[in-house]
Amino acid sequence: MRITTRKRRAAGAILASSALVVLAACGGSDSGSSGKAVDKLGKTEGKVSILAWPGYVEDGSNDPKVDWVSAFEDKTKCQVTSKTYGTSDEAFNLAKTGDYDVVVASGDLTARMVASKEAAEVNTDLIPNYAKVYDFLKDQDWNTFDGKHYGVPHGYGANLLMYNEDEVSPAPTSWSAVFDPAEMAKYKGKITSYDSPIYIADAALYLMKHQPDLKIENPYALDEKQFNAAVDLLKGQRKNVGEYWSDYLKEISAFETGDSVLGTTWQVIVNSVEKAKVKAILPEEGATGWSDTWMISSKAKHPNCAYKWLDYIESPKANAQATEYFGEAPNSAEACDFASDPSFCDTYKAGDKDFASKLWYWRTPVAECLDGRKDVKCMDYSEWTKAWTEIKG
Amino acid sequence: MSVDTARAAVPETRRTAARRVSSSLSARPRARLALLLAAPLTWLVLVYVVALAALLVSALWTVDSFTGEINRSLTFDNLKEIATESLYRTVTLRTVGVAVLVTVVDVAIALPIAFYMAKLASQRMQRILVIAVLTPLWASYLVKAFAWRSVLSDGGIFQWAASRIGLDTPGYGLTAVVITQAYIWLPYVILPIFAGLERVPNSLLDASGDLGASTWQTMRTIVLPMLTPAIIAGSIFSFSLTLGDYITVNIVGGANQMLGNLVYTNVGAANNLPLAAAIALIPIVIMIGYLTAVRRTGALENL
Repeated sequence: MRITTRKRRAAGAILASSALVVLAACGGSDSGSSGKAVDKLGKTEGKVSILAWPGYVEDGSNDPKVDWVSAFEDKTKCQVTSKTYGTSDEAFNLAKTGDYDVVVASGDLTARMVASKEAAEVNTDLIPNYAKVYDFLKDQDWNTFDGKHYGVPHGYGANLLMYNEDEVSPAPTSWSAVFDPAEMAKYKGKITSYDSPIYIADAALYLMKHQPDLKIENPYALDEKQFNAAVDLLKGQRKNVGEYWSDYLKEISAFETGDSVLGTTWQVIVNSVEKAKVKAILPEEGATGWSDTWMISSKAKHPNCAYKWLDYIESPKANAQATEYFGEAPNSAEACDFASDPSFCDTYKAGDKDFASKLWYWRTPVAECLDGRKDVKCMDYSEWTKAWTEIKG
Repeated sequence: MSVDTARAAVPETRRTAARRVSSSLSARPRARLALLLAAPLTWLVLVYVVALAALLVSALWTVDSFTGEINRSLTFDNLKEIATESLYRTVTLRTVGVAVLVTVVDVAIALPIAFYMAKLASQRMQRILVIAVLTPLWASYLVKAFAWRSVLSDGGIFQWAASRIGLDTPGYGLTAVVITQAYIWLPYVILPIFAGLERVPNSLLDASGDLGASTWQTMRTIVLPMLTPAIIAGSIFSFSLTLGDYITVNIVGGANQMLGNLVYTNVGAANNLPLAAAIALIPIVIMIGYLTAVRRTGALENL
C-alpha cells in the first residue's frame, strides 16, 4: 500500500488538530477549601496517610526496635500508611496530590503550603497534648499565619557538619572546612552537600560570619548582591564536591564506602553510619536547621484520624521516641523524661535558648525580605531554585 | 425405508446479527479498514500525538513559584530561557557527549561479539551466547546501576583490579556514567547487529575470499555496508536511551547533571513543570535531527 506524501501530511494535520482540541477541553479547575478549622471531632475513619521526613513515622518495618506507630494504631484503630520524602520541594509536590491527610513540614515549606491552600487551619483545642509544648515553639512565623494555627510543633534540630574521623584531620570546627578554597582542596572530590536550593542559606550563613561587609542579617533574606556572593561561594564549592545528596540512604552509603568524608548531615544519618568512624559537630558559625510542624491537608479524607495522629505525636512519649530516633530536640520538656538515653535532651540542647539562637530555621525565601528591610527586594525561592541548577552546572 | 435424496437440501443459513454485520462489511472495504484501525489509531493519537502536543503547549506556560499554581497564559519565556542560558547549553553538550560515547563504546564491543555469534560460533555456542546477552535484561535497571556504584566505589572491586595494573577507579563522575550506561544498553546494540549479520549470506563471504579479497577488504566492502542499517538501529537504542537517562547519573554520576536531571529537578524540586517540558523538548529535537540524518542515508528502509 502506498500513501502519498500529501495524504500523509493531511493525516498529520488532522492528528495534530485533534490533539489540540483534546488539550483545550482539559482546562484546569480551581478547587477551593473552606479553610475554617473544625470545632469538634467526629468518628475516626479507620485509616490515615502521612507524608513525613524519614524516621518520623516508624512502625518497626525499618528497624524492629523502632516503633511508635503500632501503639497509635492499637489505641485509635486508625491504620497508618506513610511515605517519606527527601526535600521540602518533593514534599510540596506530593502534598499537592491530596493523597495525604497529614504532612510534617519544615519552615521552608509551611508558608508555601498555606499560601497554596494545601494546609487546613488546625484547632489546637482538639489536641490536648499541645498544652505541653515549649512556648518558644508556638505561634512562630512558620506555623502561625494571620494569627491562625496551621499546625503543631514536632521538634527542631540543626544541619550538622559530619566528617570521617580517620580521614579528616585536624577535626573541623568551622564551616570553612567546606567553603574555604584552601581547606576544601585537601578533600577534593570527597565533600558532599545537601541537594536542595535551601542549601544556599548555608553559604549565606557562612558569609554572614566571614564577610561582614555584605551585611547579611538573615540567611533567608538575601538581596541580589548578597545572593550572588552566596552563589559564587557555592560554585567554588562545586569543584570540590564529590556528590550531592538528598536521599539520606545515599549519604550513608557514601560515608560507609569512603566516597564522601566531609559534609552536611542530619543526626539520624550520623546514627545510621556503621561501617565508618564518623562524627558530627555544630560548627562555630552556628547552622541552618529546621523546626518542623505537623499539618493537616485541606484535602484530607480522614481528618478525624489526622487529629488523633497530631495529638498522639505531640504526646511526650511518642514525641520523645520520634525525635530521639531522628536526632533532634523534642517539642516539650516532659518528652525528655521518656527518652531512652537520659542525656538525650542535653545532647540536643532541648529548651536551650542559647543553642536555639545559633540556629537559623529553614524558611521560604520571599521577595519581601524576611529581615524586615523595605528598601530592597530579596531573591525569592524561584530564583533560589534556578540558581541551584546553575551552581550544579 | 428409502431416503428421498432429492429433498435433502443444505439447510438455509440462519440470519444472525453477526452474519448481517459480516456480509455488510464484506461489501464495504472502507468501513472494514476504519473499524480495523480505529483502536490502534486512537491509542497512537492519545499516547503519542496528544502527549507530545501537551508537552509543547505546557512548555509555553509558566508557574507561580510561591504557590506552585500553573499560569496557563502562553509565553515563550521558557523556550527563550533554555535557548539563551549557558547552563542548558553546557548540560546539553555534556548529555550528547555521553550519549555519543556510550554508543561508540557499545558498537565497538557489540561488533566483534555479534560477528562471533553469527558467523563463527557453533549452533550450541550461539544459543548459549544469545541467552548470555539477554540475561542481564532480566535484572532490574536499578540493581545494575547500584551494582556499578559499589563496583566503582572507593575500595571497590574496580579499584582492587585496576591497582594491579597501576590504575585507579574513575570514581563517580561522567566516566562512571559512560561505563554504566554502556553496560546497561549493550544487549540492545548486540541483538540488532547480530540479526543483521545473520542475514549476510556466508556464500558472499566465500565468494569474496575466492576472488582474492583479504579479510579486511571483505569486512570493509561486503559486511560493513550490509550491516550499516543494523548498526544504526542499535545506535538509536543506545543513543536515545542515554539521552533521556537521569537515574544512572544520580547513582554514579557524582555531582554531574544531564538533561534528564534538569527535567527531574524541575518536576520534583522546583515544581516548574512548564520549564521541565521546555527542557524535555531538547532531547526530542536532537532525536528528530538524528532520525532525519539517518533517514537520508537510507538506512531505515533496509531495517
